[in-house]
Amino acid sequence: MRATVVVRPKEGILDPQGEAVLGALRHLDFTVGEVRIGRVIDIELEAGDADSARADVGRMCEQLLANPLIESFEIEVSE
Amino acid sequence: MIAVVTFPGSNDDRDAVAALELLGAEARRVWHGDEELPAAGAVVLPGGFSYGDYLRCGAIARFAPVMRAIKAFAERGGLVLGICNGFQILCEAGLLPGVLRPNASLSFVCRDVELVVERADTPFTSRCAPDQRLVIPVKHGEGCYIPPPDLHPEQVVLRYATGANPNGSVDGIAGVVSEAGNVMGLMPHPEHAVDALVGSTDGALVLGSLIDAVRSHTEDLRQLGTLA
Repeated sequence: MRATVVVRPKEGILDPQGEAVLGALRHLDFTVGEVRIGRVIDIELEAGDADSARADVGRMCEQLLANPLIESFEIEVSE
Repeated sequence: MIAVVTFPGSNDDRDAVAALELLGAEARRVWHGDEELPAAGAVVLPGGFSYGDYLRCGAIARFAPVMRAIKAFAERGGLVLGICNGFQILCEAGLLPGVLRPNASLSFVCRDVELVVERADTPFTSRCAPDQRLVIPVKHGEGCYIPPPDLHPEQVVLRYATGANPNGSVDGIAGVVSEAGNVMGLMPHPEHAVDALVGSTDGALVLGSLIDAVRSHTEDLRQLGTLA
């Protein structure tokens, strides 16, 4: 199984990287609104089915991959 | 004796030992891979870039074998001080509330900052007076403190003076203590402010307070046994 985790700064949490990139994009004459920068984590894992893989990765996120105070996460699982 | 933990990537561990010794304490470095702590009166987690700051600052260091012993030590009331990266580690380990994010400016800041003492009745600030101004250097890229919504105001020990917030920390928070009051973390580096030759000596008030607390609690600490 493969899982892809997207970790994002929660709404309302200051994201200076996103703001810097927003400024740079505007500098390139792109018309853009908010930019937020998170991180993508690809994980290969052994699991019986997609649901148990999702549950395992959820625990990984809660315990390590994301800090629940400032970050939210989304999990996508594939064979 | 005060134990100073060396993680891979710590770089202020020797400075912390030197500062504590300059102030008359016995200090010894402890390796992150050790399962047990020596019989110490307090533990200092120094500054640096443990595990290359991978994932989030301090997120990996909390799995170091010595952290289990430090957690047990803290839960028994042992005094733990985290400076800069040490503060980040204590937050990630759940020994302190909140989290540290990249500086709002995205710039690494390395300069003296003015601090205000919010609480002078902690084991880490007993040599200070309430509202006293301290000048202690900071040097970090990720020191923007985000408190949890339920942070008790009494847990804020140090704040950046008005106009001196170097990193965008919420409410200018520079240092906090645990609810029980025996674990403290701060972004400024008291160990870099103990010798008049290189500037302020206000850091000695923080480290000196810790040394006083260790001395006055020797009896209590002895009852904690080997602190394993």
